[in-house]
Amino acid sequence: MSDPSTPKNTPRDDSNGQQPGKDAEETKDKVPSTPPDATPEGGPEERADLEPTPTGPGSAQGPEILAVRDGMFGVKGTPDTSGYGRLRRVIEFPGPSQRPYGSWYDAAIDRIAALMPNAGQVITRVVIDRGDLTLHVAREHLLALVKNLRDDAQLRFEFFSGVSGVHYPTDTGRELHAVYHLGSMTHNRRLRLEVSAPDSDPHIPSVVSVYPGADWHERETFDMFGLIFDGHPHLTRILMPDDWPGHPQRKDYPLGGIDVEYKGARIPSPENRRSYN
Amino acid sequence: MTSTTSDQDLFAGQGEEPAEGTVYTAMGGDWDDIVTEQHDRGDERIVVNMGPQHPSTHGVLRLILELDGETVTELRSSIGHLHTGIEKNTEFRTWTQAVAFITRADYVMPLHNELAYVLSVEKLLEIEDQITERTKIIRVMMAEWMRIASHLVALGTGGMELGATTIMTVGFREREKIMDVFEAITGLRMNHAYIRPGGVANDLPDHGLQLLKDTLKSIKKQMPELSKLANANPIVKSRLVGVGHLDLTACMALGVTGPILRAAGYDYDLRKALPYSGYEDYEFDIPVRDEGDSYARFRNRIDEMWESVRIIDQCVARLEETQGQRVMIDDPKIAWPAQLSIGSDGQGNSNEHLKHIMGQSMESLIHHFKLVTEGFRVPPGQAYVPTESAKGELGAHVVSDGGTKPFRVHLRDPSFHHLQALPALSEGGMIADVVVNIATIDPVLGGVDR
Amino acid sequence: MGLEEKLPSGILLTTVEALAGAARSASFWPVTFGLACCSFEMMTMGTPRFDSARWGQEVFRNSPRQADLMIVAGRVSQKMAPIVRQVYDQMAEPKFVLSMGVCASSGGMFNNYAIVQGVDHIVPVDVYVPGCPPRPEMLIDGIFKLRKLKVAKLPIGSHREEVEAENERLALAKPATIEQKGLLR
Repeated sequence: MSDPSTPKNTPRDDSNGQQPGKDAEETKDKVPSTPPDATPEGGPEERADLEPTPTGPGSAQGPEILAVRDGMFGVKGTPDTSGYGRLRRVIEFPGPSQRPYGSWYDAAIDRIAALMPNAGQVITRVVIDRGDLTLHVAREHLLALVKNLRDDAQLRFEFFSGVSGVHYPTDTGRELHAVYHLGSMTHNRRLRLEVSAPDSDPHIPSVVSVYPGADWHERETFDMFGLIFDGHPHLTRILMPDDWPGHPQRKDYPLGGIDVEYKGARIPSPENRRSYN
Repeated sequence: MTSTTSDQDLFAGQGEEPAEGTVYTAMGGDWDDIVTEQHDRGDERIVVNMGPQHPSTHGVLRLILELDGETVTELRSSIGHLHTGIEKNTEFRTWTQAVAFITRADYVMPLHNELAYVLSVEKLLEIEDQITERTKIIRVMMAEWMRIASHLVALGTGGMELGATTIMTVGFREREKIMDVFEAITGLRMNHAYIRPGGVANDLPDHGLQLLKDTLKSIKKQMPELSKLANANPIVKSRLVGVGHLDLTACMALGVTGPILRAAGYDYDLRKALPYSGYEDYEFDIPVRDEGDSYARFRNRIDEMWESVRIIDQCVARLEETQGQRVMIDDPKIAWPAQLSIGSDGQGNSNEHLKHIMGQSMESLIHHFKLVTEGFRVPPGQAYVPTESAKGELGAHVVSDGGTKPFRVHLRDPSFHHLQALPALSEGGMIADVVVNIATIDPVLGGVDR
Repeated sequence: MGLEEKLPSGILLTTVEALAGAARSASFWPVTFGLACCSFEMMTMGTPRFDSARWGQEVFRNSPRQADLMIVAGRVSQKMAPIVRQVYDQMAEPKFVLSMGVCASSGGMFNNYAIVQGVDHIVPVDVYVPGCPPRPEMLIDGIFKLRKLKVAKLPIGSHREEVEAENERLALAKPATIEQKGLLR
């Protein structure tokens, strides 16, 4: 199911940014939210390993690059004597893990493979990070997988904790992620499923028929992110007023704060302040 | 006719889809006429709105009840009247500042919110083994005090909604003692941003241990008054026994945890199943009951309070042993630098720390500056640590993109999840039992709406 | 006063307004309008330690028609705003609004899309009590100030008509709260 593609494990980004220049390769940071208005001198170098390839970054087997960030404190291009303008950081999410996974993970994934013959298409990626198992699932097979997870005696993930959405605007083609947390009280295990959908087609099958407790969680995820759960009996807004436009927790939705005036000074809303990212 | 029924939706605007079903309208006229017309129609259903401003809905919860006489045939809840955008707000603050937002989600048990969030952040930082012993003991103790306070609120407000105001006065009287403990240790009675990534904000004050012991003694002496008042009271029993039945199958289908599940017969407690913050070292039992009705939940909460008192006893003993230990991790790049104390002018300030950074150590000054303005960076990834809060499983799904601010924080709140079970508890019962059911689910709308 | 000294002892001279004001402030009943965390400090104000019954305020009227005071305790979200206004409208005159906590006074720490930045955008506020949450003592202080300064001095009868007409004239000329600048100076 998870083909051993590259022999080495993908490196995790542990440059905390506290020691710039620690990486061997030159890094140039870019603040993702503000568009670059002037390209800094010495422009972005061609980096072949940042392009998506079948086994390269962004693919199912390679490291998951979230963003490439240049500069710091929003400094870019302009007369920058701080030296921070030339920083480049590659933000990588923990990549897929190789077998053997350890603990109960191997047995569970083998059992899923035994129950579902197309397990290779169902589970696109297995990530074991900081002691948690995350399975990236293709959305069309989600309902079948979840049914097996609940009903099979060896898996028995009968406890549904919640769904939440995450919006990755830089992850083109897979912007909206829905993260499911399942638990097995019988075997005392926890599992995370991650399903992604593009912005252009934000549909994911609903798991309400398997876990009735998912009802309100899916409504909340729809309300906050615009993810449409097909098969949900009444997918309406739950936290915002019924006629509210937009989906508030998406990254392209502003925080909506106002400037605060106090004793003649104006303090800008939190989203307009300096960012250290 | 002063009232009409029709299948045409008069209130649909242009371009909107008309609602289905029968629409009743009554326009002026004599009330008796309307009633006789309704009676002639033969349909006894009434739709009643238990609006967001209501004494018994535990906050701003809106219930739309369809009644057939006194029986509730259908119940729908409408939430969102307290939606604050806490989760989005945390994306614009540093990891430590986000604690101040998270703590205000479920405002009856703020320390539990903080603990869930901080455990996830520490998992991402991978500093779990660097958390000192004393920190863990303080966290456990504060969480248990918070559990007692939350249960006192649940029982107190539940009693008040039944009409038994004395249960509320007794419960809140005990809660005030716990508020004093919180104020002495964290500085605030509520919404303390106390548990922070890396440790806790402050160590116990000088008189802290003595205060803890005195409070424990006082609680042990006076909290039984609550049980004596309510447990065998015939009115309480007749209103709670057999009301709001949620048996084990229903609990498992709906994913209900916490006191409701334990009152239905399954002794599942995350403090024993997936222990965190040193819970595996404490001796305590998990109270379980079989009946699955409101009375069982009521008694279970009281039993849980006494188990919490047992844990706090053990914590106080260990606090005596670990005196002098740090309460923040040793890593200067993550540890929140200051410890507050009351200075000679009566104002709170971190005097020791100021002396240190201004006079003694340049590195400390730099670290202080960087931590307070920029914050620390958390390696990319996501984490979810489930904790056993007073109301059920509470966890924070935290996603980091390697920056100084959270990328996404989602609080899985138990009240949000359990309110879905309200129709299952109430439909078929009487409207007065709806109040009891809400009280025993104990939702806190701050956690529901966030 | 000179006249009182000439009367036999045991007689107090006062005005009808002062008497009505004293009666009103002695039974100044709030409507249950606890929204969020501040509601807990409001509830503890009614409990034995802080005991609002000492000055006749332990009765939180559930129906707005029977209440004098609306303590907006907690953050007001966009969904709740019309309901705040509706409850305020349902209260009978004379009515007062106390904005408890920073979230009700100015939006507090939640400067975002979901929270109305101050309940004074929706209802006219008489007293603002800052704090997050304010201790029950602070709330009591706010209520006492309100009672002493406004409730006890409320004009009645034709006085009130004059005062209300003047207030209405001023309020119609004033710009909306959101357009006013430099309020916190």
